[in-house]
Amino acid sequence: MSVFLLKRLATFIATLVAASVAIFLVLEILPGDAAQMMMGPDASPDAVRALAAKFGLDRPPLERYLSWVGGMLTGELGLSHAYSSPVAELIGERLLVTVPLALMAMTLMTVLALSAGVYAASRHNKLGDVGLMGLSQLGIAIPNFWFAILLILLFSVHLRWFSAGGFAGWGEGVWPAFKSLLLPAVSLAVVQAAILSRITRSAVLEVLREDFVRTARAKGLSRRAAMWRHVLRNAMIPVLTIMGLQFAELLAGTIVVENVFYLPGLGRLIFQSISNRDLIVVRNCVMFLAAMVVVVNFVVDLLYAAIDPRIKAADI
Amino acid sequence: MSAVLTAPASGFLTKALRHRSFALGGALTLLLLLAALLSLVWTPWSPYEIDIPSKLQSPSLVHWLGTDTLGRDVASLLLVGARNSILVGVIAVGIGLVVGTALGLLASARRGWVEELIMRVSDFGFAFPAILSAIMMTAVFGPGIVNSIIAIGLYNIPTFARITRASANVVWSREYVLAARASGKGTWRITIEHVLPNIASVLIVQGTIRFAIAILAEAALSYLGLGTQPPQPSWGRMLSEAQTLLFQAPRLAVFPGVAIVLAVLGLNLLGDGLRDLFDPRLVRER
Repeated sequence: MSVFLLKRLATFIATLVAASVAIFLVLEILPGDAAQMMMGPDASPDAVRALAAKFGLDRPPLERYLSWVGGMLTGELGLSHAYSSPVAELIGERLLVTVPLALMAMTLMTVLALSAGVYAASRHNKLGDVGLMGLSQLGIAIPNFWFAILLILLFSVHLRWFSAGGFAGWGEGVWPAFKSLLLPAVSLAVVQAAILSRITRSAVLEVLREDFVRTARAKGLSRRAAMWRHVLRNAMIPVLTIMGLQFAELLAGTIVVENVFYLPGLGRLIFQSISNRDLIVVRNCVMFLAAMVVVVNFVVDLLYAAIDPRIKAADI
Repeated sequence: MSAVLTAPASGFLTKALRHRSFALGGALTLLLLLAALLSLVWTPWSPYEIDIPSKLQSPSLVHWLGTDTLGRDVASLLLVGARNSILVGVIAVGIGLVVGTALGLLASARRGWVEELIMRVSDFGFAFPAILSAIMMTAVFGPGIVNSIIAIGLYNIPTFARITRASANVVWSREYVLAARASGKGTWRITIEHVLPNIASVLIVQGTIRFAIAILAEAALSYLGLGTQPPQPSWGRMLSEAQTLLFQAPRLAVFPGVAIVLAVLGLNLLGDGLRDLFDPRLVRER
């Protein structure tokens, strides 16, 4: 295994451990008595003691932390206080909504942003470029949840093509479920695509000025072929960096957008758990989302090396 | 960069006013500030006054933008909402700016393991978008504007730390810093007298952009019920309330959204304009 990979792997594991420590400190140590917090201020001391014993909250903090981490590694996340069912099962059910939603949004965002960015760069300072960049400036300023509301207004209230919210469920068939996720995915993707298209345009413009592109063109390569074979690959480094960061924004966005469309995903589960004071579910959901962000950034790091071998060499 | 900073203020202002992004962004931002300031002394109606008989009125000369489901004047709610957005933005960006810049300067001045540690902790901070921090804080302390300010502020720290460190590292490699070192100036004196003034423009631009992001984050948190709490008006919560009335009064979902877009657009354009004005090489590269 190369030094590059080992270094990235060590950072990845250290970040996950640090995230778990931070989440544990905030959600279990900061409240003082987590059992009291879950039962509410009016609960009797006996009921609080019983709950603490049931969920192991009366054990020393280090033991609780290690047991939680051990549980995460084996898939045993404990029981939900409010739902009385295994947390892993609850999260698993909700991921059937959140993961397809995030993937749809990410795909849509990438397609929109790359096409708009490359087109704008190829029409530099012409009407298409100025118009697209003006639109993207506006897109960056639009909150995703407001865009979601506008989509509901247009497609659900006026045109009646889509329902204003809810999830059909995968059991009803792929199309109804896909249709329920389409407007939420569009609302998440368009706003993020606005940011990414600007980055893509700048990155492509920068590479277009490089000597090797001029050489490729001088050797008779068509503009289109030069763009696909040389420019895009070299322009991908900044684009990928931003995409990695945007994934975090996109996941955060799913929490908001799931609430706009009443989708039974991870975001809704977190909110229901906060109002149920179900700290065990909140802890695991937040850890899961933070871990997703860390994993994606790790993958982006590896992709850098795959796209540009100079990065790997420099690192070693 | 420093040449621009020391240029006569009037020359800079003339150039700035001719810059389209800066002029439009500045005008929109000024409008936001004026709305917030105006709301301190005057609003058409009290934003807290519930008047059920006048509920859901359309825009008129009496109620310029109509009334909401509780009969409150929408224009007055928007004006006071601007104040809350600015309050959250200023404090959250302030937290990020002060703590993040201090950490970035420290990393750049000390290098070695201190720099490595600060940068790794910053990387770790990126794993927690503002909304995740706000969720954790709400689960423990309950919802509120203070928690959302802290969550957004914490989210800003790694960004400012990274940008400060990167810009400061460039300044540290310049000849005039070497000259200052040779003349016996210490690390902290150089940081304050040379590094900080030379990265100020980068921080101002970033501060403007993060201000816009803070307004968006506050609106999202308030929409979810984690941010500003009733009866304090907030653009995000106005949208959340309007969503339940989409079929009866769709206009209620339009005005607060437009206010957020104009505020964020203004700040982003202002940031872009300032970047061009502070570093004219960028204009040529665009």
